Amino acid sequence: MNPLFALALFLLSTAAGYLLIRQVPALLHTPLMSGTNALSGLAVLGALSLAGVAAASGNRWLGLAAIVLGMVNVVGGFGVTERMLRLFKKRDRAGDPHA
Amino acid sequence: MPDALVVPALAVLCVLILLGIHLMSRVKTALLGNRLCAISALLAILLTLWQGGLFRAGDVLIALAIGLAAGLVAAVRIRIMAMPQFVALLNGLGGASSALIALGAWPQAAVTGLFARFAVSLALLVGSVTLAGSLVAAGKLQRLLGQKPFVWPGHRLTVLSLLLLAAAAVAGLLTGLLPAAAVLLLVILGSLLGLALAVRVGGADMPITISLLNALSGLAGALAGMAVDNILLVFVGSVVGASGLILTQIMCRAMNRSLTAILVGQTSRAALVPAGPPAPEPVAPPVQTDPFGEAADRLGKASQVIIVPGYGMALAQAQQQVRELVLLLEKQGAIVRFAIHPVAGRMPGHMNVLLAEADVPYEQLYELDAINPEFAGCDVALVIGANDVVNPAASTAEGTPIYGMPVLAVGDARHLVICNFDDKPGYAGVPNPLYTRQERVTLLLGDAAETLRQLQTRLSETLEAEKT
Repeated sequence: MNPLFALALFLLSTAAGYLLIRQVPALLHTPLMSGTNALSGLAVLGALSLAGVAAASGNRWLGLAAIVLGMVNVVGGFGVTERMLRLFKKRDRAGDPHA
Repeated sequence: MPDALVVPALAVLCVLILLGIHLMSRVKTALLGNRLCAISALLAILLTLWQGGLFRAGDVLIALAIGLAAGLVAAVRIRIMAMPQFVALLNGLGGASSALIALGAWPQAAVTGLFARFAVSLALLVGSVTLAGSLVAAGKLQRLLGQKPFVWPGHRLTVLSLLLLAAAAVAGLLTGLLPAAAVLLLVILGSLLGLALAVRVGGADMPITISLLNALSGLAGALAGMAVDNILLVFVGSVVGASGLILTQIMCRAMNRSLTAILVGQTSRAALVPAGPPAPEPVAPPVQTDPFGEAADRLGKASQVIIVPGYGMALAQAQQQVRELVLLLEKQGAIVRFAIHPVAGRMPGHMNVLLAEADVPYEQLYELDAINPEFAGCDVALVIGANDVVNPAASTAEGTPIYGMPVLAVGDARHLVICNFDDKPGYAGVPNPLYTRQERVTLLLGDAAETLRQLQTRLSETLEAEKT
């Protein structure tokens, strides 16, 4: 990757992320954290790229291991975020089993 | 799909992911945002498979399937109670994945050029830090490791030397002064660094560490993306890094700490800082003949109640009992609100998730700034397993870890009921003057779930007695 391009992309994306998340209510800190955590599992993309180029070498095993770990991170992360977010209810929807 | 379409496809995916994160920052749209991110992730994986011509690569598909299955099973099976350690563990896996990519990309990068070597060696270093740090954090949260911060003599010096050594190793690899095989040195240094940073952390510093590790896993991903020429990974990693950093910042601000102070090791306990004013002579808490009766009596008459949950509630898994008590209070006509301190619990937003699990509607939860003026007008403030975050000593105990930390002003309430495991100081080790206050306070000691069960029984009796 062209260093200048990589650096520009890095800075722009960082700024975008920063602007997006500045004003998040505390209520959503955990789900947001686990959601972005799931996204960081997209390292699996890098692992796939690696597996693509390192077709014949011993590095393929490293790539495959990285795919498994990254994939667990992505799927587990999104899954658990979904579960957490479903817990957040408004009063009218929550119902009141004791009332 | 021809190559000309790859760039627009990448751009669309980037926008979709940003939109998803944006939606996730509002309660109403958060679920949609998470799904949008998940779908974008799936599309990104498919696109990358296609780009690499991997749809027929059986071993790659098997690896994907194994990860998918394991991730699904884990996500479905994990208890909400175990959420902090699960998130920490997943985070470690992401770091490990980036580190493995870097290792795999090294032989190629070693001959390509300076920038590739730079990206790979940093990805390896940051990935290793993330993995080791997350494993230690998860181990602490799962109580496999000691809860107390573990500090060895010269801890700060160790961290600083490790950082310097790592920088030297990276420089050595870039300039070719070190042989290519020395790249493994980065794994060792990174792991030691992650270990040294995370063992020192416990209690209230945990939310900060968890979000910092999250930021690091994003950074590791971005660097790994540079190493293997994956634009989307650079993008996603950077966004995650930035968002993790913001959460870390929010946590730091909530504790009135600077991030650098935490990183270089000023996260130690009060015991190490005797510089503050002499601790007031421990006064025995006023003897209460029937604290449960008194608490029930106060709650029975209250029309405004504010509940302050803390890690003790999580530990005793008392959120269901809290919810039942709330329903009982509301039945008698009281208005019940929750005051959530930003660093209550062990991960950012921990209390919110636990209360949501117990069906407490989120409109009842208030953040520190919104609720603090309300304590003066409330009849009873009920503290459940929180200590440091309600300790008024934070404004006076100079030199202690909680000095300057904004706390919940529970002392302003007309009456204060404290449910705590014991009357010892909280995690920060600073005695809480509320415990020894001679009036307007009721202490209910013991396991929070058990205490609340008793309180609920007494409260129902009181209410019944009033009816007749």
